[in-house]
Amino acid sequence: MSTRLEKEPGQATAAEAGPPLLELRDLHVYYGAIEALKGVSLSVGQGEVVALLGANGAGKSTTLKAASGMIGPRSGQVLLHGERVDGIASHELVQFGIGHVPEGRRVFARMTVLENLKIGAYRLRRPDPADLDRVFTLFPRLADRRKQVSGTLSGGEQQMLAIGRALMGKPELLLLDEPSMGLAPLIVQQIFEILREINSQGTTLLLVEQNASQALQLAHRGYVLETGSVVMSDAADTLLSDPRVRAAYLGEAIE
Amino acid sequence: MSLSDIWDVLVLGVVLGSLYAVIAIGYTLVYGVLQLLNFAHSEVFMAGGFGGVIALTIFEPTADPSGIQSVVYILLGITAGAALGGFVAFGLEKAAYLPLRRRNAPRLVFLITAIGASFFLYNLAGKLFGRYPIPMPSMYENRRLFTVFGAPVSVTQFLIVVVGVLMLVTVDFVVNRTKLGSGIRAVAQDPEVASLMGVNIDRVVSRTFVLGGLMGGAAGFLFGTNLQVDYTMGFLPGITAFSAAVLGGIGNVRGAMLGGLTLGIVESFTVEIWGDAWRYVGGFAALVLVLMLRPTGILGERVGRAA
Ligand SMILES: Nc1ncnc2c1ncn2[C@@H]1O[C@H](COP(=O)(O)OP(=O)(O)OP(=O)(O)O)[C@@H](O)[C@H]1O
Ligand SMILES: [Mg+2]
Repeated sequence: MSTRLEKEPGQATAAEAGPPLLELRDLHVYYGAIEALKGVSLSVGQGEVVALLGANGAGKSTTLKAASGMIGPRSGQVLLHGERVDGIASHELVQFGIGHVPEGRRVFARMTVLENLKIGAYRLRRPDPADLDRVFTLFPRLADRRKQVSGTLSGGEQQMLAIGRALMGKPELLLLDEPSMGLAPLIVQQIFEILREINSQGTTLLLVEQNASQALQLAHRGYVLETGSVVMSDAADTLLSDPRVRAAYLGEAIE
Repeated sequence: MSLSDIWDVLVLGVVLGSLYAVIAIGYTLVYGVLQLLNFAHSEVFMAGGFGGVIALTIFEPTADPSGIQSVVYILLGITAGAALGGFVAFGLEKAAYLPLRRRNAPRLVFLITAIGASFFLYNLAGKLFGRYPIPMPSMYENRRLFTVFGAPVSVTQFLIVVVGVLMLVTVDFVVNRTKLGSGIRAVAQDPEVASLMGVNIDRVVSRTFVLGGLMGGAAGFLFGTNLQVDYTMGFLPGITAFSAAVLGGIGNVRGAMLGGLTLGIVESFTVEIWGDAWRYVGGFAALVLVLMLRPTGILGERVGRAA
């Protein structure tokens, strides 16, 4: 895992012919009669940070939910290390090393910070005390508030807790749904720094964001979703300088 | 009422209240994980009473048991009661509620199913065991054991309180300190996120029913040791314990304990002051009064939080 990090992750996966860590193939997902994903395909290589951009309602959260088993696709495939995992329930899929930080944080509001983190390690037979230290090193603010009831944390602290809780399950792949939502620029900056750190420690990230500029600066590659379909996919730098992306997500007029 | 009368009545109330508390836990735990008012829990309690009677009838206590024999009979009765209670609760969840959860049935359907399951179970018991009360085989001489500030405490009363407190301490420990407990609390707060943490919701729900069923079943046996068991025995204690759970704050484990104790004591004083005909009036009046002042119960409705 760590040796691959030395290379440029995006190219590493392309060069080694092995299957990517996560691959979605032609996913069609429905909510009742509404088709939320209309054939989404994407892949995330080991060690990569991949950004998933798109307007409200484009299907970003749905894509993550399909990857973590929260919702089953009507057709298409979800593959982890080349093995099909669609149809496996989310509580079993976490055993494959998937962590999902859901949209809106969703910490257990009536539990303390420490209780939340401990539940994050629920899937592990013997939780490693070092994991708690690692989370507290990444998020010193959580260490100070370990006995605080989570519902009383600030939005930024709750986001840190949601990420920390997912890390406690030792995920190989971390799915993040809008970690910067509703946070002040300084906190957003901090969160992205920490995500970079988490990635450099060997965790692969699939990152859903409205904050396209931050996300693309962190990511190696990115995908753009529009009403349930992938409309662009490229290296992060290329997307960052693409006029359509700049117009749609960075609020610039098209020249 | 003299002071010593007050003590006598209080002791009776605490005994009754610890039974209500134990039963109330079953309602509150299930409400916590499913937001379901499991009205069939009163029949789990009834099943426990029969479980104890059946086991003791099979083992036939000797007429004049020694101390050790008495203890063995009591443990046998508790175990059998808890086992049958746990089994009925397990089966109830699998047969009645799981299919509804699979289909995402609306809340009202669960409630009606609960009431239907309750009718089914107690009529089944009436069919199986007859409509007449069955006396509990005598396991010990129910003599006065000691007095508390002059109030006499019998063996049965002592037994109920000790076993009740042990069960309450155990369930509090399970909910707050074990892995099953953290699963229960996580499912109570956010089932979807709980499953993202690796919590198997179906398993947690099933075990929650069994936990409540073990306690309710043991309580049924203890209740029966007073005299007898019959197929309708679950109804009034069940509905009182349900009220106790609401009184303490439904979903809240310690609230259920407090609510149970409160209703037991209120009931005991009501009977003493106004007579047995008013037995259940005092408790329900207290419930209405508390809910008017504090709609979420004494400790507050706190699903997934044990304290
Ligand atoms: N539980 C649901 N029931 C019905 N429709 C849903 C449900 N969840 C999402 N949808 C619909 O599916 C589509 C995609 O939703 P999704 O949440 O994936 O979008 P998103 O890209 O994450 O949007 P946002 O940026 O607002 O979070 C939307 O049209 C939405 O209305
Ligand atoms: Mg979303």
